[in-house]
Amino acid sequence: MILPFALRDVSYLHIIKPLSLEIIPGPSTIVLGANGAGKSVLLRLMHGLLAPSSGTIRWSGADAARRQAMVFQRPVLLRRSAVDNVVYALKLAGVPRAQRMRQALEALESVGLASLAPRPARVLSGGEQQRLALARAWALHPEVLFLDEPTASLDPTATREVERVIQAFDAAGTKIIMATHNLGQARRLGDEVLYLHQGRVLERAPVDRFFSKPATPEAAAFIKGELPWA
Amino acid sequence: MESMTEALRGALRLVAGADPGLGAIVLLSLQVSLSAVLLATLLGLPAGAALAVGRFPGRRALVVLLNALMGLPPVVAGLFVYLMLSRAGPLGELGLLFTPGAMVIAQTLLIFPIIAALCRQAVEDAWREYEEQLRSLGASRVGAASTIVWDIRFSLVTAVLAGLGRASAEVGAVIIVGGNIDGVTRVMTTAIALETSKGDLPLALALGMVLIALVIALNAAAWYVKDAAQRRFG
Repeated sequence: MILPFALRDVSYLHIIKPLSLEIIPGPSTIVLGANGAGKSVLLRLMHGLLAPSSGTIRWSGADAARRQAMVFQRPVLLRRSAVDNVVYALKLAGVPRAQRMRQALEALESVGLASLAPRPARVLSGGEQQRLALARAWALHPEVLFLDEPTASLDPTATREVERVIQAFDAAGTKIIMATHNLGQARRLGDEVLYLHQGRVLERAPVDRFFSKPATPEAAAFIKGELPWA
Repeated sequence: MESMTEALRGALRLVAGADPGLGAIVLLSLQVSLSAVLLATLLGLPAGAALAVGRFPGRRALVVLLNALMGLPPVVAGLFVYLMLSRAGPLGELGLLFTPGAMVIAQTLLIFPIIAALCRQAVEDAWREYEEQLRSLGASRVGAASTIVWDIRFSLVTAVLAGLGRASAEVGAVIIVGGNIDGVTRVMTTAIALETSKGDLPLALALGMVLIALVIALNAAAWYVKDAAQRRFG
């Protein structure tokens, strides 16, 4: 187990002000905030793609980098077949060659892409590409899955399909840490909310309480302003 | 004007008659330039990719130098290889001067910077797009670089074609290290230069036509393959 993990006085340039928080296994954590609030940077700091300007991030277990995965707003897929994209990730994860294809196909099956396995990844639709990115993460059986606005450029149908996969991760015991703009999505998928405002965590609350009784005027304004598009 | 049409008529006769002397020259040209392209590609793609993702002191200077060397004058490349291979030179014992091997070396030197520099730019652009995802998956820098080179292989065809264009068009390097020896190191460009100065315009023109046709054919084939593959893989 690599959870819980803790940030101690972590800052990044002027974007994230020094913050400390602990992330425990279990509840799905939704990172909310306006554009430029620092959501993406916070996820990248946690995932290790960015090095904090100050402070430390401490995971409970060893080999933490291998036991987490991240899905980005725009999936980066290689110019090879859908299944080979997953095989590639398994290879990097050190899975023996003989097991890669079977595990990759299982992962595609679990996101409903089994029939598209031999298709070139880059010609799939936006929603299928994002589900392929999720399958690639799924194959790695991560303990923690970071998602950075995974449905921001998808239509409602594709969004629903992606949300279903995220729920399957949650059901399988993967810790979800997701940044989103979609407040409806936050309610559907989240258990707790981290509300970021100008690089600070202004609120951390269970989803229901965050939306019904926001504790800060900034969060209240954010909820009001965002709701029409939720 | 009259001499021009006359030369053209003579040239067409030579091409249509598949003159054996002409054929040997064309074949050697292809052998030399394609060998140079192959070598420069094998060396240039890894070098360009390493320069794109590597972080080491002097990297910027190396990038600037490589870009500048794209404009390396063929005669200078030829002179350098000549000095290396001449009997008194450090590699003189190989006895390569005035052989097709020397011409391949000179052309490789000439087009390596072109292929490496264009590859460096392409990989660097792709790196911006791929970096986070590949690092997230746990790829090492070297692993990521080779993944990217393979993934943008269709774009790199253009870099290789630029090298081929340079190799098949240049005359300065091959004439210095090859010597334009009839039947041994005479290629299309050196023959054109020679025949023009001798006044045998039909032969010069015939060679020119063959040269241009070959370059167009090679480029068309490469473009077709690239286009088909790109449509298949996106």
